[in-house]
Amino acid sequence: MNINDTSPSDRPINIELFKPNLAKRYNLDRIFAFLAWGATTIAVAILAWLLFTILVDGIGTLNWNFIDSFASRKAERAGIKAALAGTLWVMGVVAVFSFPIGVGAGIFLEEFSEDNWFTRLVEINISNLAGVPSIIYGLLGLAAFVRLFGFGRSVLAGGLTLVLLILPVIIVSTREALRTVPDGIRAAGFALGATRWQVIWHHILPAAMPGILTGMILSLSRAIGETAPLLAIGAASFIAFKPNSVLSDFTVLPIQIYDWVGRPKKEFHDLAASGIIVLMSVLLLMNAGAIYLRNRFQQNR
Amino acid sequence: MTQTAGATTAHKIAFQAEKLSVSYGSVMAVKDVFLEIPQNQIVAFIGPSGCGKSTVLRCFNRMNDLIPSAKVEGRITFNGQDIYDKHVDAVELRRRVGMVFQRPNPFPKSIYQNIAFGAKINGYQGDMDELVERSLRDAALWDEVKDKLKASGLSLSGGQQQRLCIARAIAIEPEVILMDEPCSALDPISTLRVEELMQELKQKYTIVIVTHNMQQASRTSDYTAFYNAKATDQGGKMGYLVEYDRTEVIFQQPAQQSTQEYVSGRFG
Repeated sequence: MNINDTSPSDRPINIELFKPNLAKRYNLDRIFAFLAWGATTIAVAILAWLLFTILVDGIGTLNWNFIDSFASRKAERAGIKAALAGTLWVMGVVAVFSFPIGVGAGIFLEEFSEDNWFTRLVEINISNLAGVPSIIYGLLGLAAFVRLFGFGRSVLAGGLTLVLLILPVIIVSTREALRTVPDGIRAAGFALGATRWQVIWHHILPAAMPGILTGMILSLSRAIGETAPLLAIGAASFIAFKPNSVLSDFTVLPIQIYDWVGRPKKEFHDLAASGIIVLMSVLLLMNAGAIYLRNRFQQNR
Repeated sequence: MTQTAGATTAHKIAFQAEKLSVSYGSVMAVKDVFLEIPQNQIVAFIGPSGCGKSTVLRCFNRMNDLIPSAKVEGRITFNGQDIYDKHVDAVELRRRVGMVFQRPNPFPKSIYQNIAFGAKINGYQGDMDELVERSLRDAALWDEVKDKLKASGLSLSGGQQQRLCIARAIAIEPEVILMDEPCSALDPISTLRVEELMQELKQKYTIVIVTHNMQQASRTSDYTAFYNAKATDQGGKMGYLVEYDRTEVIFQQPAQQSTQEYVSGRFG
């Protein structure tokens, strides 16, 4: 056949060769919709059941006294004052260190670095680090921050350990967010005689900020619930004072909850449920704050 | 075939390209271009896709620098100065040689900030409100946006966005405006407005426009460069400049057979 021959072929039109079978295709549609609905329902139902049992167990002992008391061997006098304060201190350290380091590394890798074997090596390592079990980070934190740097079992050591844990996720999500900024914006900035930093600071970062903050929310939510790495660095579970500096000893909500759950008495199990409610409330507050920030950035476009 | 063409003119020369070649990695995109762009004229680059006309355009403000694999050979002078000389700063060059892109790309900020940004980063000391108004007036957009300068640039229509991009480009007082198919994403009415605007802008600025629309080239430009592409041994395509002359010569009595065929719509 001549490849340059563009005249229509002489094949006869034969509509009988098409078997649309609409009924079967619509049935498949319905089956798939049902399966998807079922998957969603199961996920939501499990979550609802979990929340419900926690509320039932914990609401009875959840009162101001519980919030405002330190740990105690007597269940009726025990509270989470130290753990709540410790969690807030640790999360403060985590936010202050992880945001500039994580976002900065993401900006460097996405906007500045050239594509060579070194940056590719760094990228592969960061992706792998995101999958390392958190207890390993705990051991690293114990060796590096507690012993080598001599921070002791302090808020600083705990916070920095959690920073290591969530940095890979922040870096990866920052890069994803930067990648979604249209190249036209970069080109427009450069064409006006902006330097690379001016383009990034004035245009790329603001445009990417909602995505970056979403990554931060997810990362901080992970950090606030972590127990294993903090146990590994030796954070205590029985603390009867609030941290007053980053070098104070501390405990956090998940550790306090873990400690109560491990006790034989039923009263302590109820306290653990109350602690979980407080932990989730802190988490929701934090997320609400971050979503508020994100929406403010989105309004500016 | 690729001699410096046609620019016997009373106008001073803004850009002069000598044996300009650009390659991306090992792929030669466009080879051996000789060209003179006269000041305060509109020069159109036409030709089929992949002929390198946008690539040549992007050499004039060194936007190709941003593509790591791009390599520029030969010489381009701007007012007699070699712009690829190591003493020439690309950031400073881009203030003097503005650019408007194929797709309107306003910053996701207010109309006012879109104009003010370029001036601010380039250390503009004058009255910003006055500059914003003047730039928008020069871009024939002022009457449509004067009551909503705080609205997002993205809230405008496509044609308005493109005029906002032109206003943004002229706000920093460039000498040249490069336009890379500025009307290809616009409707005919918006296209007409941009074309009218170009006629006014050429009093102050030199304009180089890449276009796929031959009517646009013949309507608006003073000079036209026709580029074509030929197959290479590696199976790719390589662009070259076929012919460059006054627009009426290119469209009415071109010297080359392929130019004649292209402008009469027989290929491309």
